[in-house]
Amino acid sequence: MRIILTVLLSLVGVTPLTMAGQADSHIRSLAASCAACHGYEGKSQGETPSLAGMPPDQFLDRMRHYRDMDDDGSVMNQHAKGLTREEISLLAGYFACVVPDGTACNTYRQKADGQ
Amino acid sequence: MKRRSFNQLMLAGLILPGMWRNIASAGGAPRVVVVGAGFAGATVAKYLRLWSQGRVEVTVIEPGSGFVSCPVSNLVLGGSRQIQDISRSYDVLRQHGIQMRQASVTQIDAGKRQLKLDDGTHLGYDKLVLAPGISFDYSHLNAVTGLDLQQHFLHAWKAGAQTVALKQQLQAMPDGGVFALTVPALPYRCPPGPYERACQVAYYLKQHKPRSKVLVLDANPAITSKRALFEKAWAELYPGMIEYQPVSELKQIDPAQRMVRTTFDTFRFDVLNLIPPQTAGRIALDNGLANAEGRWCDVDYVSYESKQAQHIHILGDALDSGLPKSAHIATSEAKVCASAIIDILAGQAPDPAPVFANTCYSYVSADEAMHVANVYRYDEKSREMKPAPGGGVSKQHSAGEAREARSWASNIWHDALG
Repeated sequence: MRIILTVLLSLVGVTPLTMAGQADSHIRSLAASCAACHGYEGKSQGETPSLAGMPPDQFLDRMRHYRDMDDDGSVMNQHAKGLTREEISLLAGYFACVVPDGTACNTYRQKADGQ
Repeated sequence: MKRRSFNQLMLAGLILPGMWRNIASAGGAPRVVVVGAGFAGATVAKYLRLWSQGRVEVTVIEPGSGFVSCPVSNLVLGGSRQIQDISRSYDVLRQHGIQMRQASVTQIDAGKRQLKLDDGTHLGYDKLVLAPGISFDYSHLNAVTGLDLQQHFLHAWKAGAQTVALKQQLQAMPDGGVFALTVPALPYRCPPGPYERACQVAYYLKQHKPRSKVLVLDANPAITSKRALFEKAWAELYPGMIEYQPVSELKQIDPAQRMVRTTFDTFRFDVLNLIPPQTAGRIALDNGLANAEGRWCDVDYVSYESKQAQHIHILGDALDSGLPKSAHIATSEAKVCASAIIDILAGQAPDPAPVFANTCYSYVSADEAMHVANVYRYDEKSREMKPAPGGGVSKQHSAGEAREARSWASNIWHDALG
């Protein structure tokens, strides 16, 4: 349901950031929790990678890798295991579309549209 | 996707802006007052403005003139950071349309939804958010020692003037001296903080006064966070320099003789950094917002509304949440709370099961650090935030983690105050 709503709002031209919590406050607040390391709106001020505008496939591949690997003592390995598959998938779309007209968001919308 | 649900959702999407008419109908924009502009207070204020698209009026009451970060403040003692490196202005909050008032709250009238400030004025609210941090509880220690310990010894457990003053005491200490540091029983702000401080003081002493010692007098039965990592760091980086005493609650202090007595022993010190037991910020306790035990506050973890009073939300270190009292948790709670308040004002149900992350770094020297990381998820059965699967600590301290820690600080400061 959440995926449908996110896709839908993307299709009607409302990006996850401007659609505010109405669509999915769960993912919005979770994505905002990532800001401590990855920056406000996923735009990092430091060495930690920015998530804003990351191609969704790349986001999903990395998170799948972190989630499935044995404990290596890394922060993302420890966080990825605590999130659901649905949350990871929605976060991919959320961060892709922080840059609303960027390539990553367009790719995400096209994929979601095709589903 | 079924066409029917698509259409329903499309409709829902298109009528979303209408919800704000509900908010405004009570007579102008709803007003939220935030008390305290630490990590939790600054973050909730900023996100209330951003996520309501400026439709909620936000006023922040904060007695301080600027923000000083507790995270990284131990590095001021170590000497690799200056106090200005961890200080930030509240100017950007003003640019978000937040009204900043430099004042203290003296009274909360929950029935009238009104605050009294120390400048004599009153301030009404639709929703109140308290982010009061911690207060120090010297009552037991003063009673057993017969001293006013707050006058004698620094805590430096709220970053700022005391951080600088403690650094000066460290600099004035003779080589061969003992820097004693007391750790209160859990819960207290920043569980790994005292042990990080031991590292940073030792880092300074190793360079400038190598015959000196750090004495950690811990009221707890063992190191309360990242235990194996701290033990390893102390042994490898500061061999023979850090003496750790568990089960060592303060029992008596003789300031003139510079002696301290604990549960089992007596120790001499040159500098005593007394980190006292803590409670929720006094403003919460003094206004009937503490739980039955009287030291911390209970809230509903969906909205962060107090269990004791309607329309009052409480965040951060003041809570009896069982979660570590960290900056990342405080800011994550602030975002869940901001989102919930906006939903409630719009007549909508907040997210029924919030989830957020905690990442906390400790520096063992100027350029090596280690972390603890966990996801926390709302458990509908216990109605508490519980650790999700995964979670854990670093394999070992490293320079790479110190780079991550620096990035963490830049990002969380910018997120709260940028």
